[in-house]
Amino acid sequence: MSFISYLINGLSLGSVYAIIALGYTMVYGIAKMLNFAHGDVIMVGAYTAFIAMTQAGVSPVVSVAMAVCVCTALGIVIERIAYKPLRNASSSLAVLITAIGVSYLLQNIALLVFGENAKTFQSVIKWKGISLADGKLNISGETIVTIIVCLVIMTVLMLFVQKTKPGQAMRAVSEDKGAAQLMGINVNGTIALTFAIGSALAAVAGVMYCSAYPTLSAYTGSMPGIKAFVAAVFGGIGSIPGAFIGGLLLGVIEIFSKAYISSLMADAIVFAVLIIVLLVKPTGLLGKKIQEKV
Amino acid sequence: MSGMLKKMSKNTKNSLITYGIVIAAYVIMQVLISAGSISSLLEGLMVPLCYYIILAVSLNLVVGILGELSLGHAGFMCIGAFSSAFFSKCMRDVITVDIVRFLLALLIGIVVAAIFGILIGIPVLRLKGDYLAIVTLAFGEIIKNLVNVLYIGKDSNGFHFSTKDAMALNMEPDGMVIVNGPQGITGTPKDATFLIGFILILITLFIVLNLINSRDGRAIMSIRDNRIAAESIGINITKYKLMAFTISAALAGAAGVLYAHNLSTLTATTNNFGYNQSIMILVFVVLGGIGNIRGSIIAAVILTLLPELLRGLDDYRMLIYAVVLIVMMLFNWAPKAIEWRERHLRFGKRKKEAVQ
Repeated sequence: MSFISYLINGLSLGSVYAIIALGYTMVYGIAKMLNFAHGDVIMVGAYTAFIAMTQAGVSPVVSVAMAVCVCTALGIVIERIAYKPLRNASSSLAVLITAIGVSYLLQNIALLVFGENAKTFQSVIKWKGISLADGKLNISGETIVTIIVCLVIMTVLMLFVQKTKPGQAMRAVSEDKGAAQLMGINVNGTIALTFAIGSALAAVAGVMYCSAYPTLSAYTGSMPGIKAFVAAVFGGIGSIPGAFIGGLLLGVIEIFSKAYISSLMADAIVFAVLIIVLLVKPTGLLGKKIQEKV
Repeated sequence: MSGMLKKMSKNTKNSLITYGIVIAAYVIMQVLISAGSISSLLEGLMVPLCYYIILAVSLNLVVGILGELSLGHAGFMCIGAFSSAFFSKCMRDVITVDIVRFLLALLIGIVVAAIFGILIGIPVLRLKGDYLAIVTLAFGEIIKNLVNVLYIGKDSNGFHFSTKDAMALNMEPDGMVIVNGPQGITGTPKDATFLIGFILILITLFIVLNLINSRDGRAIMSIRDNRIAAESIGINITKYKLMAFTISAALAGAAGVLYAHNLSTLTATTNNFGYNQSIMILVFVVLGGIGNIRGSIIAAVILTLLPELLRGLDDYRMLIYAVVLIVMMLFNWAPKAIEWRERHLRFGKRKKEAVQ
């Protein structure tokens, strides 16, 4: 019974990673940049929901909506000010370092505004969850809702990218920016849209993560951010189903190593699995093979 | 004299200027310190400055010269720090001459970091681009994580190892815990001085600059510029990649030795040996100019001193640091900013390209 409960907890944590990783992977696919500030957008989302619930006293659903709006706007602003000017820079490292600068900036603003003490986040889910097998298997409401939310997001996102006009534009821009522009696609708008979607997902992930692990500080986002980044690479960065699978696997591996091996070594094991996967499949589980031209 | 200068190649002249700047900076700082016109806080920053410079220069060897992005540089620093601190603590009562003990510790730190550089480099260097970056990050995190669960004790029967806790070492009553898990190593002799750090910077520069201007260095740079072309003219890609990566790891190990012997307590946290530190070093390299050794030194000095100089602003200092970082990156790299600079300012011509 404990195995199943670990598995479900792993899937729930993995769902959070998957939602964050989707943002990473979409941004990477289209802008070819590692957005190191993505983890801190999670933190901003969680703080927004926290303030909305405790100060403004709005209902959980409204607070999540507010977090999504704030993060979407934040994502667009960050892209416009910090990343867009560097899109054609001679080194891709330039925008990476700028992203790190944005990450420091968000963390330090949060430190100034909310102080160094961690806040206790009240869960947005009031449902107690279900109890199976005569109370031997308890699944919390957060766990179930997180998994369902992740599945819904994944499905909607796949449909959006495959079936809609803006989704097709996104795929075209990630394939070839120049050609997409010649076909009349608004490249800047499409990239901004990608950042907006990624940041909105980060807000959802932030609220779900803090509902399950209720301490909220300025550094809350950085570790799940890095883990989700690992998940995105794990599944093949740039691939949406890859991020989903990578996230789920990572969550399950993390919870299992915490439960069966050692809670202190869980992070090391997660990273070791990543290394092994990349050595066997150098572009991740579902990554595209890069053909080198002479 | 002027004839001699003319005969020298551009590279040699450039290298000499770099050495000159470092030596001049050292002399000025020493004069200021002995005149007592420097706050004790700033004086305490001298050794950290030295190891940050070494870290930045050594990372530039991988990022700028080899052209691969490494996000695990702090991991090698961690290995150098812990292996040397382990040695120093064991030998504290055996070797009483400080400088001999430190030199041996330095040697051990460098060798162990180099061995790990080879071991990690062999699998990692098969990957490319961002995948290589994330795997180096993963290795760095694994190293930090493993150090935190490592317990080593010594008693009359020899060494005892454990990954659980200090009690699991099963030592005799005379035993002493040397590496104590998350508490790390305490009681490392404080052997690192500004002079030693300065000498280590010169040695680092000597190794890196000579490598860059040698046949091997040109081979490494050819891999950076076009791997397939380099391979087709018979350059052994794996050998040269591994060479650059290992030298870089060994130098990071040396910086770690300096770090460990500057503090009496050595622990591995996210901020000193985690990815945050690796990224910090990368910031020095990119801001100083990728592939530009002198730039790395200057960036390391400015960015290490900046938070201290802003200390009067207290809470706002890291905020300002972040804003300065973003603005400097935009000013240095944005194509429009470069165009504007070339039109309106005399300096700031185009830079060398490295990681694409």
